[in-house]
Amino acid sequence: MKILVCITHVPDTTSKIQFTDNNTKFDKTGVQYIIGPYDDYALARAVELRDQTGGKLTVLNVGEAETEPTLRKALAIGADEAVRINAEPTDAFFVATQIANHAKEIGYDMILMGRESIDFNGGMVHGMVAELLGMPSVSPVMKLDLEGDTAKIAREIEGGKEYLEIKLPFVAGCQEPIAEWKIPNMRGIMSARSKPLQVQELSGDVVATKTVAYEMPPAKGAVKLIDSNNVQELVELLKSEAKVL
Amino acid sequence: MSIIVYIEHIEGAIKKTSLEAASYASALAEQQGVDAKGVVLGTVSEDQLASVGTAGLSTVYHVNDDQLNAGVIQAHAEAVAQAFEKAGADTLILAKSSLGDAVAARLAVKLDAGYISNVVALPSTSGTYTVKRSIYTGKAFAESEITKTNKILGVKKNAVPLKTDGAPASVEALEVNLSEGAFAAKITSIDKANDEIPLPEADIVVSGGRGMKGPENWNLIEDLAKALGAATGCSKPVSDSGWRPHHEHVGQTGVKVAPTLYVAVGISGAIQHLAGVNASKYIVVINKDPEAPFFKAADYGIVGDAFEVLPKLTEAIKAVK
Ligand SMILES: Cc1cc2nc3c(=O)[nH]c(=O)nc-3n(C[C@@H](O)[C@H](O)[C@H](O)COP(=O)(O)OP(=O)(O)OC[C@H]3O[C@@H](n4cnc5c(N)ncnc54)[C@H](O)[C@@H]3O)c2cc1C
Ligand SMILES: Cc1cc2nc3c(=O)[nH]c(=O)nc-3n(C[C@H](O)[C@H](O)[C@H](O)COP(=O)(O)OP(=O)(O)OC[C@H]3O[C@@H](n4cnc5c(N)ncnc54)[C@H](O)[C@@H]3O)c2cc1C
Repeated sequence: MKILVCITHVPDTTSKIQFTDNNTKFDKTGVQYIIGPYDDYALARAVELRDQTGGKLTVLNVGEAETEPTLRKALAIGADEAVRINAEPTDAFFVATQIANHAKEIGYDMILMGRESIDFNGGMVHGMVAELLGMPSVSPVMKLDLEGDTAKIAREIEGGKEYLEIKLPFVAGCQEPIAEWKIPNMRGIMSARSKPLQVQELSGDVVATKTVAYEMPPAKGAVKLIDSNNVQELVELLKSEAKVL
Repeated sequence: MSIIVYIEHIEGAIKKTSLEAASYASALAEQQGVDAKGVVLGTVSEDQLASVGTAGLSTVYHVNDDQLNAGVIQAHAEAVAQAFEKAGADTLILAKSSLGDAVAARLAVKLDAGYISNVVALPSTSGTYTVKRSIYTGKAFAESEITKTNKILGVKKNAVPLKTDGAPASVEALEVNLSEGAFAAKITSIDKANDEIPLPEADIVVSGGRGMKGPENWNLIEDLAKALGAATGCSKPVSDSGWRPHHEHVGQTGVKVAPTLYVAVGISGAIQHLAGVNASKYIVVINKDPEAPFFKAADYGIVGDAFEVLPKLTEAIKAVK
């Protein structure tokens, strides 16, 4: 079994988001980077499935050298090897093309990703990769079990779940509760240092979109506090200001 | 050239978010002086089909194939691609949803289109084609240019006002050819709470956090929700502990809501929770701790014990409804 997990290198969920250069560049000052939370779920489930079936678990990031600590963390969590495709990822289609070209060469049985990145929130790279590879895609996946060459999957839909069966290979975008996040232990961290991390050059550089400027949302006004013994006042405000009653 | 909208329905009823996407498409069509059409897949009545005209669509292609009633991602992508071609379209509009996102990603490759999701406003098309989208889970916006001829825009809730005064659309049957592989992902069953208002569609949401102490107290949240005609949500620890189903979990790693009113009860307002609610128009926070960070993101706040405030508030709302 060959499993690929694609991971993003993204600002920690508590980071303050700011821009520089006249709002044309993300300001990296003081920002801590993490494995995308959804990718972390995909990775956790992939480690469990690899342990169950044997085989090899590869993690991949399309990014510049600064993302290597994030890939090392994925190795510490339990991946067997890492691949970094050396390019600045500024467009989902570009990233999907890199991943698909790599996957074509290796022939993975299963490609797991997060349901979406937490920087650009596209939710599209998995579907694009699947289409490029001519494979089925499914997202957002909250349960994934293997029975031989068939995956049994639960996919979240508005207000519920849909259950599916798919034959390998396929691409999935994952979310909780597919598995619990895994925290690297000391042995994992030690062994991660000697696991292979291969850098590959980019293949093709077609982009479909290009970001030209950033903007911050308008600041919120001060909260109007209402006495807990006077809920009537809130009802009036919901009627007259918010107009929801 | 024309614009086509991928319209979703729930067991034959057109989704409100799809009508919003249709309103967006008709506003864009007006801006560009072209025609906006729609495509609907699966079993839907003539009346429901024609009703998308109210949002400004001239024509709706209907692929009346009951294999498409379920959200089979690949099959939907193939069918929509054929409708796109039939319409002679260069732009596909859709509402963000669990199915829409999955279908649009495949279509971006099929149609060789530039695809942007979480779009919050109409594009600017003079010179380059740029569109504003929400990024960093609502913490910022980006202006992004699409450099391909074909375009796909995934529209966020409330991007444009809902149009309701259009004439009924003319309905055209459309036959499509679906590949064998289109049904490779087999849907075996669907498990759905039917009577609830779906959270991503809801105009009012009442959410409870760990401050509610346990699932046995959720009747207080549900009573307020019922009085307001709201959907119910929760914070992550609440669904992690199994007090509430996972699909109610709001935030960075859960559902992103965009209601007119969001009521947060016993939720501290961690940044990851706020990321899922910052598109709400009005936020009410009920928390016993005056220092709870959620108050900074709120429009109205009540500092108090939820177990005392909720019953009073529910009664007061019932009295004016
Ligand atoms: C300096 C910098 C500038 C950037 N500028 C832009 C920009 O202008 N526009 C833009 O769209 N994005 C930009 N990005 C984000 C880019 O890295 C995104 O990863 C990529 O565009 C896909 O974004 P998405 O939100 O569509 O991914 P999604 O479709 O939401 O991601 C789904 C899943 O795909 C996988 N995936 C996504 N990206 C990668 C990756 N790079 N490597 C491995 N797996 C991945 C992950 O498993 C992820 O959970 C920038 C990033 C950096 C570091
Ligand atoms: C990567 C990552 C992603 C995350 N994603 C999400 C997410 O998507 N959504 C999410 O919600 N969280 C998310 N979290 C968790 C988040 O950080 C917080 O831990 C969580 O939101 C706290 O939930 P809470 O407000 O219900 O509980 P608490 O923080 O424990 O707050 C309980 C609140 O209830 C109040 N309270 C107690 N008793 C009463 C009473 N009787 N009456 C009124 N108020 C009362 C307290 O004053 C307190 O403010 C994420 C965390 C991480 C690290």
